[in-house]
Amino acid sequence: MSEPVISTAPQGAPASDSSDPVRALVAHADDNLVLAQRLGDWISRAPELEEDIALGNIALDHLGVARALYSHAGHLEGKGRTEDDFAMQRPEREFLNALLVEQPNGDFAHTMVRGLLFDAYQVELWTDLSGADDSTLAGIAGLALKEARYHLLHTSSWVIRLGDGTEESHRRAQAAVDALWRYTAELFEGAASEYHDIWRKVVGEVLDEARLQIPDDPYQRSGGRRGFHSEHLGPLLAEMQWMQRSHPGLEW
Amino acid sequence: MTYEVPVAPGESAELEETADLATEVWPMWEVFVRARRGISHVHIGSLHAADAEAALQNARDVYTRRGEGASLWVVRSSEINAFEPDDISDYVDANEKPYRLATTYEIPDEVGHM
Amino acid sequence: MTLEERFDVILAAEDKIEPADWMPDDYRKTLIRQIAQHAHSEIIGMQPEGNWISRAPTLHRKAILMAKVQDEAGHGLYLYSAAETLGVDRDQMQTLLHQGKHKYSSIFNYPTLSWADMGTIGWLVDGAAITNQVMLTRCSYGPYARAMVRICKEESFHQRQGYESLIRLCSGSPEQKAMAQDALNRWWWPSLMMFGPHDTDSTHTEQSMEWKIKRVSNDDLRQQFVDMTVPQADYLGLVVPDRDLRWNEERGHYDFGEIDWEEFWAVVKGNGPMNRDRIEHKVRAWDEGAWVREAALAHAAKKEGAIT
Repeated sequence: MSEPVISTAPQGAPASDSSDPVRALVAHADDNLVLAQRLGDWISRAPELEEDIALGNIALDHLGVARALYSHAGHLEGKGRTEDDFAMQRPEREFLNALLVEQPNGDFAHTMVRGLLFDAYQVELWTDLSGADDSTLAGIAGLALKEARYHLLHTSSWVIRLGDGTEESHRRAQAAVDALWRYTAELFEGAASEYHDIWRKVVGEVLDEARLQIPDDPYQRSGGRRGFHSEHLGPLLAEMQWMQRSHPGLEW
Repeated sequence: MTYEVPVAPGESAELEETADLATEVWPMWEVFVRARRGISHVHIGSLHAADAEAALQNARDVYTRRGEGASLWVVRSSEINAFEPDDISDYVDANEKPYRLATTYEIPDEVGHM
Repeated sequence: MTLEERFDVILAAEDKIEPADWMPDDYRKTLIRQIAQHAHSEIIGMQPEGNWISRAPTLHRKAILMAKVQDEAGHGLYLYSAAETLGVDRDQMQTLLHQGKHKYSSIFNYPTLSWADMGTIGWLVDGAAITNQVMLTRCSYGPYARAMVRICKEESFHQRQGYESLIRLCSGSPEQKAMAQDALNRWWWPSLMMFGPHDTDSTHTEQSMEWKIKRVSNDDLRQQFVDMTVPQADYLGLVVPDRDLRWNEERGHYDFGEIDWEEFWAVVKGNGPMNRDRIEHKVRAWDEGAWVREAALAHAAKKEGAIT
């Protein structure tokens, strides 16, 4: 496989500053919130009732983690911002989530593949952060790690079922991998290369068992962590923030 | 009745029970939960899943949303063998063997709890 | 003792009928009808509230709503399982729902037009459901009664969160309070309709009461509901949209106006505001999931083949 070519965000973009703990917390919170918002759309639309419930659980897990991280970020920042200030009052350019999570749900294969790629990353992330010096963050990460491990179990077993199911499901799962692979290198930007290596191994094993190919496309997208998003995030935020934007300053 | 739909005038009260299915369906599984260590697994309900792994994951998602379970079993419903209530009473009548019940034995009070 | 006598003895003793017991065919049919309609109602009921998950005004409210709609999927699942013990298949029941041959509660054929509808549905619709469901935990059919115990336990938060959210609106800005009043105006009468036709016009009531499937009549339940909710509306400072509503000292109950039965039957027959949309949504999800369900079975078959 070729080395990834990372596209750069437009000139003049503020560089991601991992030394700013508030910014890092907000980025992780945004990942979780945006994915929760996406997964919430599946409720009442899943292939079977059992899966409606499973996707609901995963969405609730991500939402819970997002809320905990926003609250902690607000506390560290010391400007009195609440979880809802972060979620509902920031414009798109201030959202720092990775591009992967804002990608549309697509079909069930897209959602499961997106989940697999992201969950494998989150398991590493939370493993790492559960040893953080910041004890609040370590606590959040410890809880999130348990949840992420279950998400990974769920998405990887589905990807295997779909990849090694029928001809149609294989075709759809491969199309999802082809479409989403280019949003994965961004997750490891600025991190030591071992993280990306472990992730490649975990994901690679699942895809192998699913008889799915990693696309031979070296092109990778990036920019979400610096606030440069795809066109998919804007409509998601418009919908999510609509109540607070149209009725400012009220308690709900 | 809250969720019961009344029969509209001119409509049949008879409810159809079978339909032709376009696709094959996921088999049914029975779910058993052990709420905490030290007690037995108890039947909690059923669900549908294509395989055992999915059945276990679904059982976790469906039946332990409020942290109810420490351990889960799933069994294909078709694998369960049962004695029907009438069969059992054909074979067993506890009243015929009173000597199996502790309460049929008289022990003097001064012996203490036994 | 004949099978029928044995069945009667179990009922008389307030014991439960279990799946393997002999039961009269009409008892079985009545149960299937009621449990299937109940299950369908939970499943279709996910849609009106699901409509607001993406737009909930705060993350806290979003989490509550998501959990509630997800609970409804669980409740539908428990109920389908209870019906399956009577020998009908879940997928067949769902298919019959898709074909319009099975029905669900008319209340879910009304649209959710503002955020206040979420609180109002919790307060009134779940309130009406609880009035009924508590009674059903004593139903004579074991699997149904057990499903209802579980559902009632899980559902205790549904009504409370709804009312609490309305308290917030009614103590908020005039705009928020108007939103709550508008929601009450739209949901009050459909909520009263949930209890069904008058006892005198109800075809099933008498037999169902005899079989202990149903334990309180439609009109009695409706009266209970009105007596319970009117003071709750007063507390919120909202006006119940019924000019005939007044306390009757003599009866010790509220008197209230007549339901628009024409509207009631129109919605039952499929001509409510959302009947078509609800089924279309359900059928689309089901059809779009067909390849996923097939793939899971195909994969399971491959794995089984590999082991043997």
